[in-house]
Amino acid sequence: MATLTTPAAPAAPSTSQPTVRPTKRRFSFGRATAWTVLVLIILVTLLPFYWILRTALSTNAGLNADPANPLPVDLTTTGFERALGLQSAEEAIAQGGAGGGLDFWRYLLNSVIVATLITGCQIFFSAMAAYAFARLRWRGRDKVFGLFLAGLMVPTIFTLLPNFVLIKQLHLVDSLLGIALPSLFMTPFAVFFLRQFFMNIPHEVEEAALLDGAGKVRIFFRVILPMASTPILTLAVLTYITSWNDYFWPLMVSYSDGSRVLTVALAIFRAQTPATGVDWSGLTAATLIAALPMLVLFACSARRIVSSIGFTGIK
Amino acid sequence: MTIASNSPPIRRRGDGLLAAVFIAPAMLGFLVFLLWPTLRGIYLSFTRFNLLTPAEWVGLDNYVRMVNDPIFWDSLTVTVEYVVLNIGVQTVAALAIAVLLQRLTQSAMLRGVVLTPYLMSNVVAGLVWLWILDTQLGIGNEIISALGVDRIPFLADETWAIPTIALINVWRHVGYTALLLFAGLQAIPNDVYEAAKVDGASEWRMFWRVTMPLLRPVLAVVLIMTVIGSFQVFDTVAVTTAGGPANATNVLQFYIYGSAFGRFQFGYASAMSVALLVVLSAITVLQYRLTRAGQSDLG
Repeated sequence: MATLTTPAAPAAPSTSQPTVRPTKRRFSFGRATAWTVLVLIILVTLLPFYWILRTALSTNAGLNADPANPLPVDLTTTGFERALGLQSAEEAIAQGGAGGGLDFWRYLLNSVIVATLITGCQIFFSAMAAYAFARLRWRGRDKVFGLFLAGLMVPTIFTLLPNFVLIKQLHLVDSLLGIALPSLFMTPFAVFFLRQFFMNIPHEVEEAALLDGAGKVRIFFRVILPMASTPILTLAVLTYITSWNDYFWPLMVSYSDGSRVLTVALAIFRAQTPATGVDWSGLTAATLIAALPMLVLFACSARRIVSSIGFTGIK
Repeated sequence: MTIASNSPPIRRRGDGLLAAVFIAPAMLGFLVFLLWPTLRGIYLSFTRFNLLTPAEWVGLDNYVRMVNDPIFWDSLTVTVEYVVLNIGVQTVAALAIAVLLQRLTQSAMLRGVVLTPYLMSNVVAGLVWLWILDTQLGIGNEIISALGVDRIPFLADETWAIPTIALINVWRHVGYTALLLFAGLQAIPNDVYEAAKVDGASEWRMFWRVTMPLLRPVLAVVLIMTVIGSFQVFDTVAVTTAGGPANATNVLQFYIYGSAFGRFQFGYASAMSVALLVVLSAITVLQYRLTRAGQSDLG
């Protein structure tokens, strides 16, 4: 994004310091309406989370008897026990579960492995390439970069079918590596995004390090990466969330417990509807297990990344 | 950025070898998992291929079949209907949220709150709303029936299903879109608003006369990105309606998936993927032209 060097509007009063509150705020009808709308939007955003928690802490029998109760009905943790595979099949069926024996600990671990592998490798390799495009001089650099840029035009979804054929030929179907492999090396977006940041790092910093006798490799690790830590962190968190939440690709590649990630497991849990109706208590508990790690990850990093998200999206 | 002409005279010879090492992993990924599958996808669309026996060249057969396939056209219509609803509502809502967040409060915490649904997967968002909107037990329908209106089978009814899925995905994505627009709003210098205020403009007037024109390039890029994303809808449909009732939510990506993995017609599935690619490219070029996304009115 361009830096802000706009000509000041001629009519603007030259406020020596741009005060956030130019006039004292009185109560006004417009502002009250605007706040009401904002509060409503926040309620619609957050209330579903509460409702899921409330359902997960209820029994299925209670949910059937008292569907509109704003509090958990028959407060219990059996929904979570069922989702985590801690109940016997008979117990589960008695409480309205499918007794299918889904083990969400395992899927949680699989999701962690896949998302960590993808995020770590993809960001590191993309950063290396971005450094080569931004700071190294070599023949054909702009042509190769143009090729990468063209890759930005291909929607991910288009490559899924052919990539599945490839993963099958590599005998990696139904493995965690098979799920991670296509995203492991780069995305055109990550390369493009990091290149922008690396180019904005002042050359003087690099030259000083060069004069001190540091090589380009050392400069990459000791100067460039630390100076771009905030955009790298933002990209890493967003990549982690994206790979954690991916459903379509793991659905194609994974067939058994060993490679099943949370999103796929959730859909299977949903499909195993027992004759008595959907096991809402267990299903919402499983949903929370799948969602909680990302909420925690975001809560820990939000302070640093929330302001830089705009730059991420607008290339 | 211009080529660094002021770089020191040392190391004039370039960094060819080092660059090759630095770029190798990304290049491998690009060639094997992006360029090759793209070319292969186009090739497969001209073949009959069931994954077990080698692909067999059939020329334009798949495309002829596609043009004569009523389910394909139906599926394309459903997808377009979804995209129009999804993008229409989402863009207006995101714009409203972004402007409210910028003009009322600069709170970073609120921006974080607005983003929370985006942290969920589409699968989770789909299941959350499947439960809330359940005809018999969902709280949404409990409220509707308490108001004295008939319960609505949101995801089980042919007319309601697509709008419901479109809105579920608005719920998940609107916060992220709003933050992108918010960043665009932050780039509009405060002086412009000060000047408008001195001239006695109301907030409403400032929105149409200052915010909208100056936000246009950002809005255009966001719109192009979200439309492309919206056309790829699959997850939410897969967990809530599985294409039903009666193909009412059989979006293109779902039909493609069914053709490939349900009926093992990888050739035909690839042909429909190519069609989607062509549609998306055309829409992107058109949007780019119409909205003059590349030009800014700022300075």
